[in-house]
Amino acid sequence: MNLTLANSLSLAAPEMLLLLATSVVLVVDLFLSDRQRHLTYLLSIASLAATAVLVAGLPEGRHVGFNGMFVVDGVARFIKLIACGTVAAVFLYSRDYLIQRGLFRGEYFVLALFATLGLFVMVSAGSLLTMYMGIEVLALSQYALVAFDRDSPVAAESAMKYFVLGAIASGALLYGISILYGVTGTFDLAALAERVNAGAGSNIGLLFGLAFVLAGIAFKFGAVPFHMWIPDVYHGAPTSVTMFLSAAPKLAYFALTLRVLAEGLGGAVGAWQDMLIVLSVLSIGVGNVVAVAQTNLKRMLAYSTISNVGFILLGLIAGTQFGYRAALFYTVTYVLMALGSFAMIILMSRKGFEADRIEDFRGLAQSNPWFAWMMLFLMVSTAGVPPFVGFFSKLYVIQAVLDVGLSWLAIVAVLFSVVGAFYYLRIVKVMFFEPAAGEITVTAGPALKFLLSLNALAVLVLGLFNSSLVETIARAMP
Amino acid sequence: MIGLPHFLLLAGVLFSIAVAGIFLNRKNVIVLLMCIELMLLAVNFNFIAFSRWLGDIHGQVFVFFILTVAAAESAIGLAILVVLFREKKSINVENLDTMRG
Repeated sequence: MNLTLANSLSLAAPEMLLLLATSVVLVVDLFLSDRQRHLTYLLSIASLAATAVLVAGLPEGRHVGFNGMFVVDGVARFIKLIACGTVAAVFLYSRDYLIQRGLFRGEYFVLALFATLGLFVMVSAGSLLTMYMGIEVLALSQYALVAFDRDSPVAAESAMKYFVLGAIASGALLYGISILYGVTGTFDLAALAERVNAGAGSNIGLLFGLAFVLAGIAFKFGAVPFHMWIPDVYHGAPTSVTMFLSAAPKLAYFALTLRVLAEGLGGAVGAWQDMLIVLSVLSIGVGNVVAVAQTNLKRMLAYSTISNVGFILLGLIAGTQFGYRAALFYTVTYVLMALGSFAMIILMSRKGFEADRIEDFRGLAQSNPWFAWMMLFLMVSTAGVPPFVGFFSKLYVIQAVLDVGLSWLAIVAVLFSVVGAFYYLRIVKVMFFEPAAGEITVTAGPALKFLLSLNALAVLVLGLFNSSLVETIARAMP
Repeated sequence: MIGLPHFLLLAGVLFSIAVAGIFLNRKNVIVLLMCIELMLLAVNFNFIAFSRWLGDIHGQVFVFFILTVAAAESAIGLAILVVLFREKKSINVENLDTMRG
């Protein structure tokens, strides 16, 4: 149903507010001295909160505005709310880290807010054009964020790698979009779905374009064999930026994949299913096996991200509503666990000490038993041990592929998660059973400690009461 | 008579040259940026050819958006390049290898 301009504008109110608020933060920040920089921080969190309020006030059901360019439905509302919370949490976690390193500058907050705006546009994309603009706003902000510590040679190097590989991904995605346009003659996802169902689905040109689009998406998501940038970028970027990259954008890429594959190209499910199976099996395999060999915790978490992306794709492979819900459940819980894991690194770090090597966690249980237990919760949950939420997210995606008769895929996924359990449990072993190398001092403030404890406990509580999250997602994706 | 296939072929060739340039280039980061630009322009060729062939204006509108984004992308790429040069005093691709594993 197409709406009038006023109605369309009201659907995009959260995006417009976020854009306006970000611009205000950008300008206000210019007039602040370094001692007043906290105002930027508070304004950024306030903008996210106000945006979240507007998102919560959006009308129920599916609405299409701007002649099909912009879609607001349950998934969009749900992901946008979660994204506001995630980005606000990232800001809270990063504050002390940035102050200690002299990085507490307005750019960080403004770029992260612009990235959030890109994420919002992507999640609500009703046409390939809106989708592309969202992807680029998100990606360009991310490149700049990675390079934002100007005095770090590794950060500059990883930003360059990220930029070049990200640009290739955009190029491949665009080439795929151009072929899809040539075959179907439309950018509108709803019209695309109609034409694919009407017979364009078996067209060889469509498959050709689809392969390029999938390669672009896999690059952005970080699925093997398009994962080369993930370890270097996670390793090289400041931890607060790594935390941002590992959390919120995954929600956007999930939404992107859902919109393009399920909504736009749902009629060609047989074609993209096989390609996704290859990506998913390779990601789960390579991610889990290579992570075992890492000594740097940020790098290990990067490979863990790759394997988790494989699991998210597993849910999408099924091509059923249950599978899509399972994939969304997985993405949300993964974001929660990634936030917590990187927050642990930030908690342990202090000025001049990054705490990003696994051995830096040695003997944490003797000096700081509470946070050793919190880290244990996060690691064990990511490994997929019941009753933590990580177990249920893996269970649902595996159930989704079993439902469509791909039992070999389920077996492969389970086998590799057993391999994965090894390196998560190694962290636990280092914390609890090895003597500390030196004095462990935690200098983090009370806000970070409180939020981190809340985050880690949420992993347990959501695991015990996972049906409430399942129901929320089922309501978002009817 | 020059038709749609010729344009698609040209775009495909340009796109392949750009991708090959990115992966074969071992010397200079600026050449990488040029290849990225070439890649986006090759895609633009595709869009315009299809737009003309389908008699549909949307493809040409898309090209304007790509051009804008490409400009922003080069700006960010060059900014990162400046930071990189200040830190490493070199823009050689082979020197981008401090992280391994």
